[in-house]
Amino acid sequence: MHKPLKKLSEELRSGTISSVELTKYYLEEINKRNGELNAFVNFGKETEKNALEMAKHADSIIKNGEGNELTGIPLGLKDVFCEKGMETTACSNILKGFKPPYEGTIVARLRKMGAVFIGHTNTDEFTMGASTETSCYGTTHNPHDLKRTSGGSSGGSAAGVAAGLCAWALGTDTGGSIRQPAAYCGVTGLKVTYGRTSRYGVMSMASSLDTIGCLTQTPEDAAIVLKHIAGHDEMDGTTPKVDVPDYSTLLGTKDLKGIRIGLPKEYLGMGLKDGVRKNFEHSIEQARQMGAEIKEISLPMTEHGLAVYYIICPSEVSANMARYDGLRFGPTSDAKNLVESYFEARTKGFGDEVKRRIMIGTYALSAGYYDAYYRKAQRVRTLTLREFDQAFKEFDVLLTPTTPHVAFECGSLSDPVQMYLEDVMTLPASIAGIPAISVPNGKIDGMPTGLQIMGPHFGEGQILKVAQALS
Amino acid sequence: MALTKDQVRHVAKLARLNLSEEEVEKFTPQLASIFQHLDKLAEVDTKDVPETAQVSGLETVTRADTVKKGLDREDFLKTSQRESSRGMIKVRKSI
Repeated sequence: MHKPLKKLSEELRSGTISSVELTKYYLEEINKRNGELNAFVNFGKETEKNALEMAKHADSIIKNGEGNELTGIPLGLKDVFCEKGMETTACSNILKGFKPPYEGTIVARLRKMGAVFIGHTNTDEFTMGASTETSCYGTTHNPHDLKRTSGGSSGGSAAGVAAGLCAWALGTDTGGSIRQPAAYCGVTGLKVTYGRTSRYGVMSMASSLDTIGCLTQTPEDAAIVLKHIAGHDEMDGTTPKVDVPDYSTLLGTKDLKGIRIGLPKEYLGMGLKDGVRKNFEHSIEQARQMGAEIKEISLPMTEHGLAVYYIICPSEVSANMARYDGLRFGPTSDAKNLVESYFEARTKGFGDEVKRRIMIGTYALSAGYYDAYYRKAQRVRTLTLREFDQAFKEFDVLLTPTTPHVAFECGSLSDPVQMYLEDVMTLPASIAGIPAISVPNGKIDGMPTGLQIMGPHFGEGQILKVAQALS
Repeated sequence: MALTKDQVRHVAKLARLNLSEEEVEKFTPQLASIFQHLDKLAEVDTKDVPETAQVSGLETVTRADTVKKGLDREDFLKTSQRESSRGMIKVRKSI
């Protein structure tokens, strides 16, 4: 029954299936498979009841001939999307038991359309990681090989869609958190232009980099979802009033005639595994045969992506995490005074990776170091932006592999720097705030690899078009 | 730049985190190695390059200052596991 949402939507409309039937199917799949995958967290009777009620409501909307393509379709919510009344924890001990009294713009919009929330998906704690291994609920396993990680941070969303536990899922991408797990699990993952989607009601990691996107079975599905979640929101001051096109109408032909594709050579020198290179070259050849004009390009700022990101992101983390003081949310404490209770809540509530980033950021922002780190990184960010702007004068899209290798084994990366290097190919697009998508690009020994397509600001239409043509 | 254990202890204190001695031992080399990577940025020439704080191009966005019904105070108080009284969360003495 697990099919692309476009197909499911047609079946719901034609009456071949009902949303309740579809929802029951996915709930059963979660019950069967989640024990080994750990893609969904806090899943239980309450989640199932909530999903079935939403499905009944969706069926009545469809019966009245109302709603849209997302009505009645079950989706997973990454555990950083506040859902009113349902425990939402960012997979952190500090938020255990937190039931949001409100929900953000996108979740509320989806609820209004009659989408079905089938459960919350696993993530690295507060989205800080590239494997879901920092989640307080443990790792999500890769459906293609349970010994391996799903990638992260949106690992639960990627594994959930790949294993057929939900039709699609919401995710967040700050430095690669949608694209890298999508590549590892063999699904489509869309990171939008910074500001294309509202962040209101989604737990922040790094506010100048965070974006809300989706993990779907096909680029066509991503185009459908994006149309419904994108756009200006007065609750998020970083969402410009840029029109939201009907992205689906921009897709359709397998023709790339006249499309100018750039291949940034710095990415191809990043220690790519042989199979990854071979699969990538195969896609380039395919694009050439479809009529695309392909040329190499140099983006020298690529090598500084890691340093820029791991200054800006932890700096913003250290500020955003300051709100977790143990008063408004989180566990109580027996501390004697207020300051001690802050120490106690944060020390007990946060895991190691969150603590590391808070410390990096606190240090980088402290007096005497601010110029050398934060200010410097913001300047190199400008250079990165300029470099991409220049590239998009000459090219419509840029193509790279999404990751240099396939999903790694759970527990195999204990060095934080090695984990940070996981995002080396996805970081530059995040720094520049440009949209990028990862689509499946063949397998190596049964493990998926990903193709990354980057476009200019608000160029989601063109990256989706190329993604669909090449997948 | 070599990060010292004392610096790690100091930063943790600023961030309101207690670190055990074992954690100081663990985090110090990790953070030092991370900063080694970050220090490479010094090589980039950024003379006369302005900073980019965020890329949306928007500045000082405001909303109309109209009164709307907000969320229920009681609902918010329930998100804290601490005791509340007269619509406020009770905390320990701060001074």
